[in-house]
Amino acid sequence: MWALRTLSGGLGMGLLFFYIGIGLTAVLRNWFGYPEVWDRDFNVTIGYVFGLLGWVMGMGMWGSWGREWFGLRTHSYYIRGWQRYFTWSTDHKVIGVQYLATFTIVFLLAGLMAMLMRLELATSGLQFFDKSQYNTILGLHGILMIAVAVAAVVGGFGNYFVPLLIGADDMAFPRLNALSFWLIPPVALMLLITPFMGGLEVGWTAYPPLSVQTQTAQGFWNLAIVTFGLSSILSGLNFVVTIIYMRAPGMTWSRLPMFVWSMFVTAWLALFYTQGFAVALLMVTLDRIAGMGFFNADDGGDPLLYQHVFWFYSHPAVYIMILPGLGIALEIIGHFSGKPLFAYRYAVGAFLGILGLSGVVWAHHMFTSGIPNYLHGPFLVMTELISIPTGLIFLSALGTIWMGKLRLTAPMLFALAVIFNFANGGVTGIFLADVPTDIHLQDTYFVVAHFHYTIVGGEIFAMFAAMYYWFPKMTGRMYNMKLAKLHFWWMFIGFNVTFMTMYWPGIQGMNRRIADFPAAMDGINFFISLASFGLGAGFLVFVGNMVYALFWGPAAEANPWGARTLEWQTSSPPPLENFDEPPMVTGHPYDYGLPDAPAHARFGPGLPAGTPAGGGGGGGG
Amino acid sequence: MAVAATAAAHAHGHAHNRLQLNRVGLWLFFFSESIVFGLLLTSRFFLMGVDREHVDQQLGLIITIILLLSSVTAFTAETAIEQDRRRLASWMLLATILLGVIFTVGVGFEWSIAEFNRKEVFGTVFFTMTGIHATHVVTGVIMLFLVWVQLKRGKFSSRDHFAVSGTVMYWHFVDVVWVFYYPALYLIGNVVTPGQ
Repeated sequence: MWALRTLSGGLGMGLLFFYIGIGLTAVLRNWFGYPEVWDRDFNVTIGYVFGLLGWVMGMGMWGSWGREWFGLRTHSYYIRGWQRYFTWSTDHKVIGVQYLATFTIVFLLAGLMAMLMRLELATSGLQFFDKSQYNTILGLHGILMIAVAVAAVVGGFGNYFVPLLIGADDMAFPRLNALSFWLIPPVALMLLITPFMGGLEVGWTAYPPLSVQTQTAQGFWNLAIVTFGLSSILSGLNFVVTIIYMRAPGMTWSRLPMFVWSMFVTAWLALFYTQGFAVALLMVTLDRIAGMGFFNADDGGDPLLYQHVFWFYSHPAVYIMILPGLGIALEIIGHFSGKPLFAYRYAVGAFLGILGLSGVVWAHHMFTSGIPNYLHGPFLVMTELISIPTGLIFLSALGTIWMGKLRLTAPMLFALAVIFNFANGGVTGIFLADVPTDIHLQDTYFVVAHFHYTIVGGEIFAMFAAMYYWFPKMTGRMYNMKLAKLHFWWMFIGFNVTFMTMYWPGIQGMNRRIADFPAAMDGINFFISLASFGLGAGFLVFVGNMVYALFWGPAAEANPWGARTLEWQTSSPPPLENFDEPPMVTGHPYDYGLPDAPAHARFGPGLPAGTPAGGGGGGGG
Repeated sequence: MAVAATAAAHAHGHAHNRLQLNRVGLWLFFFSESIVFGLLLTSRFFLMGVDREHVDQQLGLIITIILLLSSVTAFTAETAIEQDRRRLASWMLLATILLGVIFTVGVGFEWSIAEFNRKEVFGTVFFTMTGIHATHVVTGVIMLFLVWVQLKRGKFSSRDHFAVSGTVMYWHFVDVVWVFYYPALYLIGNVVTPGQ
């Protein structure tokens, strides 16, 4: 049992190193004369760092990578069958599936927590949970969904399809890619044990001073998120290098599919900003375990520092979530509209524009936090400027649909819903960017509705679009299209009824992050809860359809959609190293309905005259 | 279910651009790390403006000179291996390791004689910034040592020495960080004493 052997190696080494770290810390504390040798947060933090190293090394990093540092021979294994998904695989397709499976489970768990929250909020008063239990559920729902939004599309579809779409045989750094994934299970473990270690009470934002003073499992949470950030940064680095240097010959920047462009911009964002979250939580950790005073106003510290550093990441993070979603939407709309993608260059410019602007808008989250007044104006203007590049993406999508021969398959329906929902989320965002309205709406259900419209309506719908679009390619099997469309209409209606209604209590001033609310709000909250249960039940259709198709579905063709891009020109699922013959890109990916347009790619050795070289003169085949 | 495990059966990447990819990856890693250091540097000014507390100027100057000197020895080690002069490269790597260790000991001594504690704000930023930087120096020393061991085993040559170049580049990067941290912690602004 290869999988068992690898997993037990990882777990064994992880636990061993964890206990060594804990013990070592206790010995050192004794040596330095601390009164107590055991302090949970302190010892566990050091033990965790050791344990994390032991875990990734035991999983296979030692054999394929670590031995190299000591001048020893490394070895890499290629394992067939289902067991490869439980080993240290460097194949980008395996890693993509690992990410997708992990985060689908996390998504369903976090969705269940949302259902529990709506259960409690169905009427005023406390029925099922006490306030700290509610806070724990709320915090876990928030952070797990943030993790899904950040990593499911980027890690899952990005890993699987970016190398395929650019005609490469793998990512630029396959071992780093495996490391990025295997850092995720400790994150999930640390987050999921928090309810048994004292719970959480600071939401997903972990503002000090509460996050410093709280006696809950905040320390575990900090460690998990710093690890998650590390994984995110490493995979961002990998994507940047892959997209620049691994493109097949002829895959010029102006022939790059939209999903790859969006992933390129996302990767830069992850590489540039994720440190903000890590540094912010490092400061919280130091305040908690080392008694430092970053956020202790008594000794000259400042809690606002946390909000600046935190939002320096966490605003760009919403673009890390939404840009791949918009990329998927444009990609699918481009393939199902029967005509070339409209305003390709403007859409690319829009992605780059968002990349540029995303770093100078973070303080719009802090209008009511007590930042100086002179910062309000600039951050208001910069935030609203973002609507210009976003508008260009809408322009491209609508221009492509306009007069097109739409094929309304399940992925296309989801992609169209992304545009619809995100428009709603974008328009309501204006009220939160404007200081006067924001002061009224801050921390109300209006923010909850707006945020869910952008991320669920934008990115999660795009995730399902991608799931239905690429499922036949990943599994080699086809799902039931009627059930998929049923899932779409169920989710679309359920989602819109739930969250459109939620704007109303928000405008009335109902606070978010609360377990209880005034009895006057009973009716509308009961309605929202009912609608959300309907939305939640719809995912059973999705799970049933996918599980059935995975095992018993009919075999899928290599190119069931008749799409032009490279991933559909190889078998379903693709062979190891993706293409039997090296691909050569000869035309634009979205030239549908043009009789004279050359094919997007052809295969075989020998470059046609005038074909530009791929990235770095290499890659491919 | 079939399990096929063969040593090095599946060689990834292509030899012709592997070195280039590694270089770019390393630079992006520095770029990413510089954000961490930059955020801490910005936090220092956010919390304290240009104020600072008293620190030992002589000690600060000495450890700075030692760290800058170690960049010279590291650079010499890299050029030596590029010309296949392994003996020189080996000595220069050892000298870099020694200077790195002296720097770390110097930071530790500075910590022990500091006139502020970690609860007050200058102590917080001072210990965090020097601590994170010293962690990187220690990591660099370990990497240099591993590279030195492999050099002694005859692994590197003028054609194949990316491990040496990469480690030396990392060492320069850590040095450059100190070039920003030293003035921010030791030189800039007004000396204040807490409680006045």
